[in-house]
Amino acid sequence: MTNLALLALVLLVVLPVGLPIFRLNMVAKYLTYAFVALGLVMLWGKAGVLSLGQGVFFGLGGYCMAMFLKLEASDPVSTKIQSTPGIPDFMDWNQITHLPAFWVPFKSLPFSLFAVIAVPTLAAFVVGLAMFKRRVGGVYFAVITQALALILSLAIDSRQGYTGGRNGITDLKTLWGWDIRTHHAQYILYFVTCVLLLAAILFSQWLLSGKTGKMLLAMRDREDRVRFSGYDVSMFKVATFCFAAALSGLGGALFVLQVGFISPSLVGIVPSIEMVIFCAVGGRTSLYGAIYGTLLVNTGKSLFSENFPQLWLFAMGGLFIAVVVLFPDGLAGLFELGRKKLKPWMEKTRNKPSLPVGLPGTVAKGDQP
Amino acid sequence: MSSNTDFLLAIEDLTVSFDGFRAVDSLNLYIEKDELRVIIGPNGAGKTTVLDMICGRTRPTSGSIKFKNRELIGMAEHRIVHEGVGRKFQTPSIYENLTVFENLEVSYPKGHTVFGCVAFKRTAEVVDRIHKIAEEISLQDYLEVEGAFLSHGQKQWLEIGMLLMQEPELVMLDEPVAGMSQPERELTAALIKRICKGRCIIVIEHDMEFVSRIAHKVTVLHLGKILAEGSMEEIRNNPKVIDVYLGH
Amino acid sequence: MIFAYSPAELWSIFVMQGFAGLSLFSVLLLMALGLAIIFGQMGVVNLAHGEFMALGAYTVYLCSTLVANHAPKLQPYYFVIAIIVAFLVAALAGLLVEWSLIRFLYKRPLDTLLATWGLSLIMQQSFRSIFGAREVTPTLPEWLMGSFKPTPNIDIPINGVFVMGLTLLLAFGVWLFMYRSRIGLQMRATVQNRTMSGAVGINTKLVDRFTFSLGCGIAGVAGAAFTTIGSTGPDSGSRYIVDTFLVVVFGGASSLLGTIASAFGIAQGQSILEFFLEGTAGKVAILLTIVIVLMIRPKGLFPGKIRTA
Repeated sequence: MTNLALLALVLLVVLPVGLPIFRLNMVAKYLTYAFVALGLVMLWGKAGVLSLGQGVFFGLGGYCMAMFLKLEASDPVSTKIQSTPGIPDFMDWNQITHLPAFWVPFKSLPFSLFAVIAVPTLAAFVVGLAMFKRRVGGVYFAVITQALALILSLAIDSRQGYTGGRNGITDLKTLWGWDIRTHHAQYILYFVTCVLLLAAILFSQWLLSGKTGKMLLAMRDREDRVRFSGYDVSMFKVATFCFAAALSGLGGALFVLQVGFISPSLVGIVPSIEMVIFCAVGGRTSLYGAIYGTLLVNTGKSLFSENFPQLWLFAMGGLFIAVVVLFPDGLAGLFELGRKKLKPWMEKTRNKPSLPVGLPGTVAKGDQP
Repeated sequence: MSSNTDFLLAIEDLTVSFDGFRAVDSLNLYIEKDELRVIIGPNGAGKTTVLDMICGRTRPTSGSIKFKNRELIGMAEHRIVHEGVGRKFQTPSIYENLTVFENLEVSYPKGHTVFGCVAFKRTAEVVDRIHKIAEEISLQDYLEVEGAFLSHGQKQWLEIGMLLMQEPELVMLDEPVAGMSQPERELTAALIKRICKGRCIIVIEHDMEFVSRIAHKVTVLHLGKILAEGSMEEIRNNPKVIDVYLGH
Repeated sequence: MIFAYSPAELWSIFVMQGFAGLSLFSVLLLMALGLAIIFGQMGVVNLAHGEFMALGAYTVYLCSTLVANHAPKLQPYYFVIAIIVAFLVAALAGLLVEWSLIRFLYKRPLDTLLATWGLSLIMQQSFRSIFGAREVTPTLPEWLMGSFKPTPNIDIPINGVFVMGLTLLLAFGVWLFMYRSRIGLQMRATVQNRTMSGAVGINTKLVDRFTFSLGCGIAGVAGAAFTTIGSTGPDSGSRYIVDTFLVVVFGGASSLLGTIASAFGIAQGQSILEFFLEGTAGKVAILLTIVIVLMIRPKGLFPGKIRTA
């Protein structure tokens, strides 16, 4: 509970009070990445499946939201100078004269909101089913998810008329009439993002607290035994993959709302691997760590880009190596280490009796939620 | 095709080849309810491979494995478990990061699907069952201990306990007393004899003394085929068996 | 589309596309050969493989600049030597990387993946800082320029033939090495049964180091070869890393023959698709096909026996 309270305090009080809206908006952007990192904690940290293509789901969710917003911004009145008013500008530039069929449902807000979660989940379901049923795992799975990220970014890139191409979908203005570009709106969106993120953490914790959590742990350590205890391991992996995809899609949609555009550069290989590093820095098995890790790495990225742009890639490359070789448990691990060192000191000062001698091998649980 | 209604497990003409090497060759094996069958044989005789094929880990090249008159070949592993087949592996295969209690809980035969898992509740019934089984395997004082900290023998018992949670009708134990001390072996023998009621058990073992303590019937495998079958006395005095296996 | 051309033109198109396909085949195979050794044989995922290729390319560029400034008379001859230098430089770099990083991660393939990605970022930025962000090309010798025309409609570029020739030579060399030399034997032994190899006196650590360096050296040669068909920039390496992995995985990671077959199939497939669909759509189509095939048959075209690391 204290972890939750601390994070809530930081996100809902400390940051909004301490930062100007310009910086807060950047934090909001990082928090949308945190959704992906959270999904990766469940998928990679708990279930042991590394996906290097979460950008796909982030992008799918983002594009669904962007399509709705773009259609709203392309009403016949504001686009009356186009050859075909009422359709997005990039379609007009590409001599497209009517809205493609797959765009039409996105005129509806309820559908778009539904799609933000449903489309990534469905994609994950199809891909996951095909791969996990065939026992594709580990490195092979990781490489294939990379390929999928590449495929999607290329596909979006190549069809400028239908997707906005390399430039993406831009010039988004209002969400059902509400202008999302004002400072006021940005504050509201920031708090909405925080609340949704905290809710996602709570939900994940709830999932992990029951049998599911133990199952994932068991699966990660001894997949064979789990199978011979009567569990269809592949379906568990599919479910976790879908969950991570849904979270990423939600993050993508929130990203679009706050940053105002989406492009294939957020879908491809590079962003997908970066999202993995956010999770790794936090400590891949720690839900809270994922949030802090994302904030830390992205803040570092901004700082470096503003002041020492040449050094950023060195720093990030070094970070990848350091996290793998030196700090496999990331921030959460360091935090645990600190807590263990402090414990005897704290106990001495409080004069507490030492823990009761238990049965042979009794240990305190060290697995942070 | 003969009617197999009498036998709980009926293996007929089972063959598996790996790259031309016949690990198991036209094997016929019939086991009744309440029977405790021990399979012995030199290394490489195909014993573990037979278990692998029963539980679905390896696909046989030909033959049939009927359990309660249902064909097991081709079924997915977890389905075979639902049919009532439980297997203990050669090296203790428990969840090291979970406590004894949790190890047993995870093996409870409810909530095997994803949603079943999420909706699973630790009811009094579940807890009761866990306590009962824990007593059965002499680990009732170790319920809160993590699997990793159990002794080798205790891990074996835990794995047997996890099997028992599933209420299997066919229990397969691969070298259950490997690495155990003498008193532990005695306890294990008693345990195995106790759980035999209402089920059939297949045990693979090398310790002849242990085998003679528990076996109803012994099957000797050699080079993928049955060399001899009978009571422990008969096997001990069988010249073929002595030649190949017992008398060095 | 097809019917707009006369049969003679169609034939020329197929020949040229076929040749373009062959050219692409040799490029893919060059890239995949080094990776087939490192990933296919050792199970190590080196996401920085592309950067080792770029290293080879930049080495050739350096040689070219050195020769142009200090020994212009050597211009027509330096290229072949530069290729050898590229091999050595890349292999040496590989040795350093194996010693300082990879050898700690052999049992953790997913971690190797992340660590080598980090390495690739560092290498890319190093290239950018040393050579600048713009693409560079070495001065190619005269005999590589131009093309020859067997018929008026068919145009075969000489550098394409050179790359193909080099690829065949290299593939043959790798095969010779792996299956006909003592060191190759030790390498295969270590990969198939590490404990036994150690027990019979093979220094498995040295073999690992050597294998990894060899893979990187081959990547360096690939990079050198690419300077004849394109320019080199800091992120040239990352452009094809996914394709290279797919080629290796598609062929069945542990099979050399599989890698060759896979490179050929993918190259021809892509070449044909790229002609009839426009550019990127062709690439998307071929990638999608590979991924779908992999989902149906995860072990690839020629699945070998699985080795454990």
